[in-house]
Amino acid sequence: MATTTPTRGAYSPPPGGSGTVPNGPGPRSWRSRLWRFDDLASPYAYIAPFFLVFGAFGLYPLLYTGWIALHRVEMTSLGQSEWVGWDNFSRILQDSEFWTAVANTFVIGVISTVPQLLVALGLAHLLNYRLRASTFWRTLILTPYATSVATAALVFALVFRADGGILNWVLHFAGVGDIDWGNGEWTSKIAISVIVIWRWTGYNALIYLAAMQAVPTDLYEAASIDGASRWQQFRKVTIPSLRPTILFTIVISTIGSMQLFGEPLLLQGGTLGSMGGSEHQYETLSIYLFNYGWKLGHLGPAAAVAWAMLVLLLLIALINLIVGRFVRKSAA
Amino acid sequence: MTTTSPIKPAADLTPDRPPTPGSGGRARLVLGAGRQLEGGPFTYAALVVVGLGSIFPLYWTLVAASHDQQRVLDSPPPLLPGGRLWSNLQAAWDQANLGRAIVNSVVVAGCITAATLFFCTLAGYAFAKMRFRGRGFLMTAVIATLTIPPQLSVVPLFMMMSDIGWGGKLESVIFPTLVGAFGVFFMRQYLLEALPHELIEAAKVDGATNLRIVWSVVLPVARPAMMVLGMLTFVQAWNDFFWPFLALNQQNPTIQVALGQLSASYTPDQSIVMAGALISTLPLLLVFVIFGKQIVGGIMSGAVKG
Repeated sequence: MATTTPTRGAYSPPPGGSGTVPNGPGPRSWRSRLWRFDDLASPYAYIAPFFLVFGAFGLYPLLYTGWIALHRVEMTSLGQSEWVGWDNFSRILQDSEFWTAVANTFVIGVISTVPQLLVALGLAHLLNYRLRASTFWRTLILTPYATSVATAALVFALVFRADGGILNWVLHFAGVGDIDWGNGEWTSKIAISVIVIWRWTGYNALIYLAAMQAVPTDLYEAASIDGASRWQQFRKVTIPSLRPTILFTIVISTIGSMQLFGEPLLLQGGTLGSMGGSEHQYETLSIYLFNYGWKLGHLGPAAAVAWAMLVLLLLIALINLIVGRFVRKSAA
Repeated sequence: MTTTSPIKPAADLTPDRPPTPGSGGRARLVLGAGRQLEGGPFTYAALVVVGLGSIFPLYWTLVAASHDQQRVLDSPPPLLPGGRLWSNLQAAWDQANLGRAIVNSVVVAGCITAATLFFCTLAGYAFAKMRFRGRGFLMTAVIATLTIPPQLSVVPLFMMMSDIGWGGKLESVIFPTLVGAFGVFFMRQYLLEALPHELIEAAKVDGATNLRIVWSVVLPVARPAMMVLGMLTFVQAWNDFFWPFLALNQQNPTIQVALGQLSASYTPDQSIVMAGALISTLPLLLVFVIFGKQIVGGIMSGAVKG
């Protein structure tokens, strides 16, 4: 079947019925006006639901967050608000727990994203070989994606238990003593990263695999004629062709790691979870927001945290942009 | 040119998934000649290891759900299923309001999926095939919304919901996710390729209104992609945690919220928690076993053009 490349000029809707079968002089003008209106209004009607829902439940609350951040609003009396200016912001910025949460979010983000994407890349490379039962393997590595955060976090909470947890039991055979995963400064972050990595590696691998299969074959043929080894082909052909996809997954994973909530909440569960560990060792920004807004009931500071997250996201986007430009320049 | 009936091209496409370069049988024949090397024993060994890692936590959920708590917490940990699965499932069902939670989850995920399919197909069609002022800009705007984390708006969202009387009700988790940017993008990408202009024009010549075209031309062509989008949306809605956890309460939870609260109780019985986790995961695993191929194809086709 011929694929139609959709260029804008390629197709124009019948303008005012002139391209259609004429229906006689009388009804034609009435009909054509109706047609024109149909063609004019329909596209907007079709996309309107998205923008209505986004406007009501996305954009409006986003701006409203800014307003709340400048007011005192308590969970116990949602209808009342009192102007407090920048108080909420100075309150969280002077809170060392906030900065701990910022650092934790960043650290967990890095140690969960980097290994995840590297493993996914390797896994995609393996899946790109001609395999028996290729669909089976692809589905198999995607099963964690079907698992909810809650389930994953709860199972891994048992796996990472300090005494008698299955991981410590396995590590015993390697001569490693009991590790108190949840309470350690680094081990708790590693545990959370493992949950994230487990859930998302297969998904990212499939995205890379799709991109790999779109790389034109002649590139590889040319490379192998030039005597490039398999590894060289991977490095010089596959990786550069995948660059847009890799960038895409980095952006998505970064946004995802800003949102980590279920994993830290349920790793130890109960009160410990909602404060991100006894020493806040794995408290993320989402946990901090939840704690301020829903546990302590102060919605003003919680909204300020949301805006701080927005600023952080923009900062990260800026860094990405600069690094991306720098890399492109040095590559050229 | 001759008019083609709307049914034929739909059947002409690979019916069970959107066209993915390289993953379909036909495409592989072309690719296979040059690029696709045969996987060696090392490849299979590595895949087996990763595969085991992927399912072990789920297997162990089953193991832990079938012993009593004493045994689950013992060292060495149990590696084979025990005999208490049924009683644990029953205990979880009774303790955590799970019956209500499952019904709620079905309602929430079902409503979100139905609405997403309907609205995203319409919007995807408009963006793919209709000409209108501001199309490029609006499409960029749709994609840009993907980068906004829900955290940024939960505080006012919570206040709004209690303001309009939806506090703690299912409406509060259904409505914000009725139409997703991903779905719009996904349907647009599919229809760009799968829906020939000639079909639309032919329908117009026959005097069809736009709504009529959607009904008898677009929907038949879009069906395979809608099925994939439906499954992806259902999985996402079923598993959603952050906002439902904030918006709903113990009396009226979704399954994920119930699970979170089950584990947050003072002395959670771990084997019962695991039984709850099992109940919440099984329906999706079943979907995966049956439709794995389509879901994999859907994720990959969404990725190539993204």
